[in-house]
Amino acid sequence: MTAIKCIDLCKNFQQGDVVIKALNHVSLDIEEGSFICLSGPSGSGKTTLLNAIGGLDKLDSGEVYFNGRRVDQLGKGPMADLRLHYIGFVFQAYNLIPVLTAQENVEFVMQVQGVSVKERRRKSSAILEEVGLKGMENRRPSQLSGGQQQRVAVARAIVSQPKLVLADEPTANLDSETAAQLMDLLRELNQHHNVTFLIATHDERVMRYAQRLIRMQDGKIIADELQEAD
Amino acid sequence: MKSLPVSAMLRLAWRNLWRNYRRTVVMLLAIAVGVWAMIFMSALMRGMVDEMVTNGIDSLPGYVQIHQLGFRDDPSINNSLQPPGPELLGALENPLVAGWTSRVRVPAMISSERDNRGVTLLGVDPAGEIAVGFDLDNIVAGRFIGSPQDKGLVVGRKLLERLETHLGKRVVVMSQDPDNNIADRGFRIVGVYKASLEGQEENFVYSGRSHVQSLLKMGRQVSEIAITGHDYRAVDELLEIIRAASPPGSEVLPWMELESYLYGMMGMMDGFILVWTIVVFLALSFGLINTLMMAVFERVREIGLMQALGMKPSSILYLILMESLLLLLLGLLAGNILAIASILPLREGIDLSGVARGMEMFGAGSTLYPVLDLHDLATANTVVIVLGLVTSLLPAWHASRYSPVEAITKI
Ligand SMILES: Nc1ncnc2c1ncn2[C@@H]1O[C@H](COP(=O)(O)OP(=O)(O)O)[C@@H](O)[C@H]1O
Ligand SMILES: [Mg+2]
Repeated sequence: MTAIKCIDLCKNFQQGDVVIKALNHVSLDIEEGSFICLSGPSGSGKTTLLNAIGGLDKLDSGEVYFNGRRVDQLGKGPMADLRLHYIGFVFQAYNLIPVLTAQENVEFVMQVQGVSVKERRRKSSAILEEVGLKGMENRRPSQLSGGQQQRVAVARAIVSQPKLVLADEPTANLDSETAAQLMDLLRELNQHHNVTFLIATHDERVMRYAQRLIRMQDGKIIADELQEAD
Repeated sequence: MKSLPVSAMLRLAWRNLWRNYRRTVVMLLAIAVGVWAMIFMSALMRGMVDEMVTNGIDSLPGYVQIHQLGFRDDPSINNSLQPPGPELLGALENPLVAGWTSRVRVPAMISSERDNRGVTLLGVDPAGEIAVGFDLDNIVAGRFIGSPQDKGLVVGRKLLERLETHLGKRVVVMSQDPDNNIADRGFRIVGVYKASLEGQEENFVYSGRSHVQSLLKMGRQVSEIAITGHDYRAVDELLEIIRAASPPGSEVLPWMELESYLYGMMGMMDGFILVWTIVVFLALSFGLINTLMMAVFERVREIGLMQALGMKPSSILYLILMESLLLLLLGLLAGNILAIASILPLREGIDLSGVARGMEMFGAGSTLYPVLDLHDLATANTVVIVLGLVTSLLPAWHASRYSPVEAITKI
């Protein structure tokens, strides 16, 4: 089933006198439960695409549908609500709110959603254990390693069962062993929880995990193929 | 619409507040000192006005007075009143009445062998005068009037000096009876009083009421009935009760109207205190805006993150306002404590005798008693909270206006 549908997305940036076509007529369908890598060199438009799908940035033209509902024209408030309930984000760095503990960070979204304390505690404890952070619930981000911080971010992104998790270079700041562990975790969560992942990366080792690999260049999709994950 | 629960927002705001410990402490100190300045200064000004008003009322004892209509234009004995009848006596039993008296009050001329002066002759019932506020401690020599029949005269210290006479000497007091005949009589000076205002010492001379009534051939008539309550600021109810029970042809007025200059002064001081409070606040507001702006700029990324996670711009606005509110409340707490702690030890008064000559002109004495008025306390706190939040709207609004990408791409 198609969870997300993007039709003819265009987004230009003005840099001095030059107009940069960050998204140049991009169309894309994302199946529910899929594990997709969005690859391409730096500057190819990966971040712009993720931001457009997540409603963090406005498009110049094009349409985005979530379960058949058009969302690209929503206002700030409704878009925030949409993100709250349907989309999880994992960024490259600075994913966590520094004054909150790991557990509080994981619970943040559920708190905004209005989930009861008991339910929140239960879910956040379970997911922190699942991402291998049992015993670190009360640490602040500054007391966690880069890999651990990313795990907390992942835990937060999936804890309330979003339709889609958008991860923008989640391994960029990690050493290769930690990166591999994180990717294993994402793949596992994708299978266990049936959460859809769209992961932007220019790291070859990350692309190997993809079920479906989309290649971008100069704001265009130049290849889109299914592959055997190894 | 869902947003972060208040408790969670409070926790976040509280922890954010202490992220930059030094900046927060400096801002707290600034607020505390500002609030202290507001309250302390108000207390001093309030003390000064209180003193002025109290002195003013002392010089015409009675928060509410009853006169014959016309007395205020022509304070002669032609405009005199019957002593209180049963209905008025009933009203004077009311618990709002702290004390009352009736007196004769006429312009008169007093002569010693050396000099003469125009004065106001008061024919009084000493018990009543004491009930409405005459303080026997102010008798500096001799004694006060002993009864309504007392034939002695009590004069002010300054008047004694002016007349170049002494306790125990005789003086002549001259006035007019209802038929406009000169009425004069010799009085022996039996007492000397002091007042905080020299003008008062020079103006009022006291004798027994019956004695003055017989001198002026006015029977049992009196010039005024003076009533005191418990708080000179709140006389409306007292005024109503007395007015309802007063005989026709009489005029019942509160001190505010009898001494409109003093009352105007009091109103002016209210305005002055408010202006002062706002001026201090304006100085504070720059620091407040600066502190919050810095806090917002430091956290641009985080604000973007919270928006990406589904927090609405309005919630971001509340979050910053909450942080500001906590800062203001803490600052207010410290400021109020500081102010109260510095005012209470000064209850005994601040000696201003060095500069008191100038102050007396305004009707204030030489000791300043700071007055901690709840109303002023409330004004300072309200101004800081309300204007503080209004001021914080700017940084808060700024924070809520970041677009999430803009915020996230900023490192
Ligand atoms: N806010 C912006 N202002 C100007 N140009 C931008 C902005 N964001 C992205 N771009 C440009 O758009 C292009 C695509 O950027 P991006 O989507 O970040 O690429 P990627 O994530 O693949 O590295 C780049 O050339 C980048 O310089
Ligand atoms: Mg990028």
